[in-house]
Amino acid sequence: MDTFISIFTEFDVAGALWVNIKLTFFAAIGATVLGTILAMMRISPVASFAAIGTSYVNIIRNTPLTIIILFGVLALNGQLGLDLGGGFQQNFFRLAVMGLAIYHAAFVCESIRSGVNTVPQGQAEAARAIGLAFMPAARMIILPQAFRGAIVPLGNVLIALIKNSTVAAVGSVSVEASATMGNALDARGDIVLPIFLAFAAGFVIIVIPVGLLTTWLSKKLAVSQ
Amino acid sequence: MRKTHYAMAAMAAAAALTLTACGGGSGDDGGGGGDGDKVKIGIKFDQPGLGFKDGDDYKGFDVDVAKYVANELGYDEGDIDFVSAPSANRETMLQNNQVDMIVATYSITDDREKVVDFAGPYFIAGQDLLVKKDSGITSPEDLNGKNLCSVTGSTSARKVKDKYAKKVNLQELPGYAECVTQMEGGTIDAVTTDDIILAGLAAQPAYQGKFELVGKPFSEEIYGIGLPKGSDQCEDINKAIAKMIDSGDWKKSLDANTEGTGYEPNAKVNPPTPDHCS
Amino acid sequence: MSASVLFDTPGPKARRNIILINILGAVVIVAVLWWTISGLAAKGQMAPGKWDDFLEANTWVDYLLPGLANTLKAAALAIVGSVVFGLIFGIGRLSKNKLINVFCSIIVEFFRSVPVLLMIVFFNIFFSRNLQISSDSAMWAVVAALVFYNGSVVAELIRSGVRNLPKGQREAGTAIGLTTGQCLRAVEIPQALVAMLPALISQFVVILKDSALGYIISFNELLFYGRTYSSPNGNVLQALIVVAAVFIIINFALSKLATIVSRRLSSRGETKTKPGARALVGAPAGLDDVEPGGGAGGRNQNR
Repeated sequence: MDTFISIFTEFDVAGALWVNIKLTFFAAIGATVLGTILAMMRISPVASFAAIGTSYVNIIRNTPLTIIILFGVLALNGQLGLDLGGGFQQNFFRLAVMGLAIYHAAFVCESIRSGVNTVPQGQAEAARAIGLAFMPAARMIILPQAFRGAIVPLGNVLIALIKNSTVAAVGSVSVEASATMGNALDARGDIVLPIFLAFAAGFVIIVIPVGLLTTWLSKKLAVSQ
Repeated sequence: MRKTHYAMAAMAAAAALTLTACGGGSGDDGGGGGDGDKVKIGIKFDQPGLGFKDGDDYKGFDVDVAKYVANELGYDEGDIDFVSAPSANRETMLQNNQVDMIVATYSITDDREKVVDFAGPYFIAGQDLLVKKDSGITSPEDLNGKNLCSVTGSTSARKVKDKYAKKVNLQELPGYAECVTQMEGGTIDAVTTDDIILAGLAAQPAYQGKFELVGKPFSEEIYGIGLPKGSDQCEDINKAIAKMIDSGDWKKSLDANTEGTGYEPNAKVNPPTPDHCS
Repeated sequence: MSASVLFDTPGPKARRNIILINILGAVVIVAVLWWTISGLAAKGQMAPGKWDDFLEANTWVDYLLPGLANTLKAAALAIVGSVVFGLIFGIGRLSKNKLINVFCSIIVEFFRSVPVLLMIVFFNIFFSRNLQISSDSAMWAVVAALVFYNGSVVAELIRSGVRNLPKGQREAGTAIGLTTGQCLRAVEIPQALVAMLPALISQFVVILKDSALGYIISFNELLFYGRTYSSPNGNVLQALIVVAAVFIIINFALSKLATIVSRRLSSRGETKTKPGARALVGAPAGLDDVEPGGGAGGRNQNR
């Protein structure tokens, strides 16, 4: 047990995890906004929008996140001089958030789309039959049901995002958990397993409640069909 | 909570053990080097100017030293098998007799000498800065308020921050090549690590004439040739290194691999006297 | 697709608007592309000298293809390992024995919650320093991390695959005198495996993408070789784009394959999918097909 305590005093485990939570928080907001826009584009009847949405999802979803984050640092920042402000270190943090948001937006888009897909066609037809116009039908009938159908996939995206926030290490965010753990393992080669378990436990503690919450929400809101 | 920790520790250990079984098995494939006709030498494969795999060919200062030494030990060039020796694996590769020697920017340190032997040194490197030509940066102190790049987890950048320039901004990327790309793009003012590594990078055709070394190394890294513990070849290797230095081949290789960067190894300690046998 | 019913058939006014919006959309795309390309060009990154290396055979033969081979090797080992791991722990979680059940559940939940990169960094050091694996320890670290994570996902796929089978399968098995274990092995698991084939192919995409994390620990996979190659040539950026393109092409083909397999399977009969899952077939996210909105089974697929 002493070893475990010494890990927490010697290395800033909580601080590193806090960086991951911050990365996740901001990236989640970005991914939700971007992903919703993309989902709207994909299901819209405007051909060019649908094409943009589809190509975005197909390209981003099939690219390793490592490359997307590296690209943000090396291409957008290094070559194009994109500066998201906040000073030198903060800029890399924001670039990493941007990379995470861009990547996960593709999955948010697909989650929302699959949510819309869970709504049976009859619901929309019935809405139309009782004389609701497009907006009221979408607002009162389709979207509430679609949202319920999207809860589980969206929860999965959030969990993936929490874990993927460690990839920010390649984008020069060296204070997050995986880089901090790497340094700790280098410094204390005698206790590598306890160090790993300390950091891993941190993620378990963050991830499990999100999973439970998602399951609970989806059960609570489940639409019986 | 406590119970969970132990349970987790136990299962992670169990899982890891299962894996060793398969990992260890394949680990032996490359082993068995030693007294045959061939000699296995560990080098870096991704360090331009020092050890770099270029197709089927190997280039760089470390490679030249390795070839010269192997030659002196009685091996033809065709008898040399070059093996990739990443930094994290060097000691293990020697301990498992997977290579006969390692020539891969391998600094002699007390910790390492507990588990492996060293011959040499064949070069004394020092931590230095690579900057854009005419940047006005002439010492690490000039880096206050500037941007400095190094690889993730490396101690050299933090050393600059702690010792010389408290207000330096640090960027950490997975490799020095990425750092140099950033500097070419203009977001980074300097890259730091061992001078010869920097010179080797700057000497690449794509970067010719763009960067220069500050030329004031602020540490000493004693590069030795790593050998398995208890090796009897140390004396012979040291003689070979001495011969390489005396014959002028040492200097020739160094110049060829850092051409166009104006790099001069720290003359106070170079060329070194290869008298280290542990 | 239910989406289409959301919208009325556009009238003349709407059609005109759609054309206008289409043009606007095209202009926005062109503007973004132009900004990126001209920005890169201004920095000399579009110079032919930075790109034409990738048209030379040597670049591919000496660097990118060996890198790709290592990526595929690690991914193949990982998928095989994941299925084995998934079978063991998936069946374990279906076990009636409380101890086995809880043990397997803890393992699966743990490895699904820990970031793959964290495991890769740990295993790299653990294998090379503590276990003294010297050859390819980086590759084994990547494979191990991928097996533990994806194996846990596969375990969940198997579990949910068996759960989603019609009750009659088990009842019929019991009726002809099979024990629960025999029925599981001979009747239920094989069907679950076939049903999860599309999801397994999708999981291969996840594995391929995650193998690129090995770059961080110098596992000489595709991204690493791309970088190694580009470091003396000064075209790291171009290498990134080429490597990304290779990943996208392979993964896109795999995703398409998953969709095709999924269609084939769903046309084979009604046994594989629960009623109500119908609306989801055709949604490209592979795992959703297997576990539509049910519990935590399809979780974490989006890496």
